[in-house]
Amino acid sequence: MAFIPHTPDDIASMLEVIGVQSIDDLFDEIPRELRAGTLGVPPAMGEMEVGRLLTERAASDGRPLNFIGAGAYEHHIPAPVWAIATRGEFYSAYTPYQAEASQGTLQLIYEYQSMVCALTGMEVSNASLYDGASALAEACLMAVRANRAANSRRILLPRAVNPTYGQVAHSIAGNQDIVFETVDFDRSTGRTLLESLRPYGGQDVTALVIQQPNFFGCLEEVDQLTDWAHQNKILVVAVVNPISLALLKPPGQWGTPIEGHQGADIVCGEGQPLGVPLSAGGPYFGFMATRMQYVRQMPGRIVGRTVDMEGRPGFSLTLQAREQHIRRSKATSNICTNQGLMVTAATIYMSLLGAAGLERVAAASLQRTADLVAALSEVAGIKAAFTAPRFHEAVLLLDRPVAPVLAALARRGIFGGLDLIDRYPELGYALLVCATETKLTADIDSYVGALADIMQSSRAAA
Amino acid sequence: MSNIPSDLRYTKSHEWVRSLPGETPAGAVEVGISEHAQSALGDLVFVEVPDVGRALKAGDACAVVESVKAASDVYSPVGGKVIASNAALATQPELLNQDPYGAGWLFRVQTAAPIDDGALLSAAEYAKFLADEAH
Repeated sequence: MAFIPHTPDDIASMLEVIGVQSIDDLFDEIPRELRAGTLGVPPAMGEMEVGRLLTERAASDGRPLNFIGAGAYEHHIPAPVWAIATRGEFYSAYTPYQAEASQGTLQLIYEYQSMVCALTGMEVSNASLYDGASALAEACLMAVRANRAANSRRILLPRAVNPTYGQVAHSIAGNQDIVFETVDFDRSTGRTLLESLRPYGGQDVTALVIQQPNFFGCLEEVDQLTDWAHQNKILVVAVVNPISLALLKPPGQWGTPIEGHQGADIVCGEGQPLGVPLSAGGPYFGFMATRMQYVRQMPGRIVGRTVDMEGRPGFSLTLQAREQHIRRSKATSNICTNQGLMVTAATIYMSLLGAAGLERVAAASLQRTADLVAALSEVAGIKAAFTAPRFHEAVLLLDRPVAPVLAALARRGIFGGLDLIDRYPELGYALLVCATETKLTADIDSYVGALADIMQSSRAAA
Repeated sequence: MSNIPSDLRYTKSHEWVRSLPGETPAGAVEVGISEHAQSALGDLVFVEVPDVGRALKAGDACAVVESVKAASDVYSPVGGKVIASNAALATQPELLNQDPYGAGWLFRVQTAAPIDDGALLSAAEYAKFLADEAH
C-alpha cells in the first residue's frame, strides 16, 4: 500500500493554494548546484548483489592512514563497545513516549550524565545534543537566557575556535539577534590573548567562548581568560575535547573562585571521540553540562534519579517544564530528543576504559602528536606554526601550497591533514595535523618518509 | 467560586495588581497571580521572579511559575521598574499556592506613568470573565 495519503487531486489543489506549479518549485530556495540530482541508485537488487556492490564501493575508499583531526578524531574503539551497543535492548526503536517504561535506557543516560559531570567538573549534564557544533550554538542561546547582567546578546567568539562551530552558531543563533564578535589569536603562540579581550572589558557582553584545546591544538590560558570574563560579568562557554579532560584541568575548575563559583558556566563539545567511529561525519553527539544555578536554562532532556511511591529507586525524565511539549514556543530550545545510540556507545566506552584507560588514551595521543611534529619539523621546508603547548593536534607551516602536497600523500594512501588556506589565509601555507593513539611509530615514520620524499622531489622538479 | 478580593484589580491573564500608596512612593504596585490561576496550575515547584531594577513594559513576560504539570509566564500588568521581588518563593514556591494574595506575591513595580485603569479588570469584572471562560 502507498504510505502517502495525498491523491494527485489533493496535491494539485494544495499547489494551487500555495501558488506554485509543482512540488519541485517548493525547492527553488536551494541553489541548483547544491542539489543531489539523480543518485544513480540501481533498481531492486538481491541481498547478495547488494552486499557485493557495497563491499566494492567500500573497498574503493582504500584503507588510508589518517592524520586529519580538526574536530573528529580517530580513536581505537574496543570491540565490546558496539557489540554491546547493538544488542536489541539498546539498538531498538525510537525513544518510547512513556519514557519511564524504559528504566534501563534511563539508567544508562543517567550514568552517561554522571560521567560527563565527572569529566567536565560540572554539576549537571543533559542527555546529549546532536553534535559539538550545534551544542555550541545551543550553549550561546543558553548563555543569553542565563546571563541576566547582560542585555546585549553579544558573544565573544575567538577565531581559534573551530570555524565550523562558528558557522553553525551563526546559522542557528544569528537569526535570534545574537551578535558574535570575533577575537583574534596570537600569531606566534596560537593562543587567544587577554590583550585582545581587554577592549571588551566593562562593556555589556553576554558570554566568552573558550575552546580547550583550541582548533589549532594549542592550550589556551583558560584560568586567566575565565577570570577576566567573570570579573566583567561575562559567562564562560567552554568547548572541550572529552578525551583531553583525562589530562587537563576540567572546565569546572578553570580560574579562581568568585562569590563561591568557579570555572566555566556552560561546557559543551563533541562526544565523537568517546567510542563513535568517524563514519564520514556522523552521526555524532554533542554534550552539554552546567551548574545547577542555570539548569532551568539548559536545553534538552535530563534524566534524574528518584524513588517511587514505595521508596524503591528509579529514574525519570526531570525538569521537563523547560521543554517544548510543556512550554511550547517559550521552551529553552526546540531540541526534544538526544543522540541515544551514540550516547550508549560513549557510556560503554567510558565504562570499559575507566579513568585510567582514558588517561592512557589521552597521554598516548599527546605523545604521538609530539613525535609527529618533532619528526616533521626536521623535514626541510616544514616548521611548527605555534609555540603554545598542545594536546594532540598541531599546525605546521610549509614553504609551498599545501593542496598539491596533500594530493601526493593521498596517492600514497596517507591523509596528511587539513589544509587551512580557506579558513585561515593569513597563516600562509598551513597544515593542521593530528596523531592519536591509533598511530604507531611505524605509521608516523611512513608519513614523515612520504612527506620528506614529496617535498624533496617537488623541489627537484621546481 | 474562587476567592477574588474586591480591593485588587486583575488581568485576563490572571495577574492581580495591588496599589501600595502607604508603603511605597505613589504609583508603586504589587503583583501576583490569582487564586484561580494557582489552582489551575496545581502544586507549584518553581517560581522565577524578575531581578530588582529591571525595566518592564506592560505585557512583558517577567516571571515564570512552574507546576508539576505546566509552566506559565507571568506578564507584568503595568510598565515601570521592578523595586522588589519575592525571594522567599525561590525556596518555598508553595507559598504561592497557600496564600496567592499575601505571602505569595511575586514582584513590586514602581510605575512609570499612571496606570491605565481601562486595561485592568475590577473584581466583579474578573469574576464575570472567569464565569464566561468556564462556559
